[in-house]
Amino acid sequence: MISPVAASWRVVLYEGEGSHPLGADERFEATSALLERGYAVSNVRPGGRLPNLGHADLLVLGRFVGEKPPHVEDALGEVRLHFHQLDEGIIEAGAASVLALVEAEQNEQNVTPPGGWKPWFPVIDFDRCTNCMQCLSFCLFDVYGVSGDGKIQVQNQTNCKTDCPACSRVCPDVAILFPKYKAGPINGAEINSDDLRREAMKVDISSLLGGDIYALLRDRSEKAKSRFSKERDDERALKERMRCLKKLQEGLGDLEIPAEVISSLPSMDEIQAKAAEAKRKAEKALQQQEQSKHDV
Amino acid sequence: MANPCQLLYCHCAYAKVVPREVKQEVLKQLSESGVAFDAVADLCEMSARQDPALLQIAQQENVRIAACYPRAVKWLFAAAEAPIQEQTHRVLNMRTESAAEIVSRLLSTEEITSSNEDMAAVEETPIEETQVEEP
Repeated sequence: MISPVAASWRVVLYEGEGSHPLGADERFEATSALLERGYAVSNVRPGGRLPNLGHADLLVLGRFVGEKPPHVEDALGEVRLHFHQLDEGIIEAGAASVLALVEAEQNEQNVTPPGGWKPWFPVIDFDRCTNCMQCLSFCLFDVYGVSGDGKIQVQNQTNCKTDCPACSRVCPDVAILFPKYKAGPINGAEINSDDLRREAMKVDISSLLGGDIYALLRDRSEKAKSRFSKERDDERALKERMRCLKKLQEGLGDLEIPAEVISSLPSMDEIQAKAAEAKRKAEKALQQQEQSKHDV
Repeated sequence: MANPCQLLYCHCAYAKVVPREVKQEVLKQLSESGVAFDAVADLCEMSARQDPALLQIAQQENVRIAACYPRAVKWLFAAAEAPIQEQTHRVLNMRTESAAEIVSRLLSTEEITSSNEDMAAVEETPIEETQVEEP
């Protein structure tokens, strides 16, 4: 799991006492440019208060009357305040110069820049999840794990393959969301009766395939790789992979597994080890669940 | 303009699923409205990092969040161990609603109650609210 980390710092566009207001366009352009670059921004207006969002550093920007606004202080003594005057030159140069100022301060303070990863990962709707552990068994990339009290949880978000929503497709309870997915109900849209009807028709994928889904995936991948190594023909290899992928997609229903995921599957030994480990975890969690039912 | 609500705007910076014209218009109108507001680059990224800011937001009362589907936002906060509750947090969906609707509801002076159709979640204990404050 990613360690809990506060964003490096927050930018405050300060327009309270002791400062001149920004123009609406200047405020909008600066906020928009900073957000695009991954920064959090707070707009403070006259008489306003700034909620504590847990940032250790606040970069306070404004058209201050003096060097910095009077009476602006950290009430708890836990936050480092960095003040920067938005002088006429910066205002006239526009949002790009505000961004440059923030980035220069960031470099000076040796702060890690925000962003750098498209946050694609599953989110579990525990109003629907029945803790069946199918997702744990299905995912080959250790995204899922089991909590201390035997509940399924997403433990390694960054292991998830960008744009692959396959685990949500195999969830029998429509309980797995990908908020950045294009369509509902996977994107978090409310679930309608059609979605539920479709889920009711789902069957166990392993039995549908007459065996292990991973074995099938792996088999396709190995055959393709074997042919590629003999032929050493990039174009033909690409076509072959696309053909295999198409067949695979047809065989499994529309799981939308990206081609790069199929082509980067772990070795058969690794898959078997992962499947065994997932099975062990799932069985343990389900036993725990049964035990707690008996205890009640 | 006085607004007793805490307003949070999510820019969904790392994907193109929220219509650009909607999020830009919401941000523009918030900027023009004269109210104080907080804006974050991407709630998904914050949830994955379990950013402590989510817990701070969850512990506030009367919060309006302009983001995406309420079900997604609810479980993003929950995944970061910062559950929100519909009695205190209202989520407005920039993927399906117009900018005008979003802004109107963000700036509404109506109290958030459990009977509001939109939702959100959470903590009962109020926290220290102010880091930088004016007398």
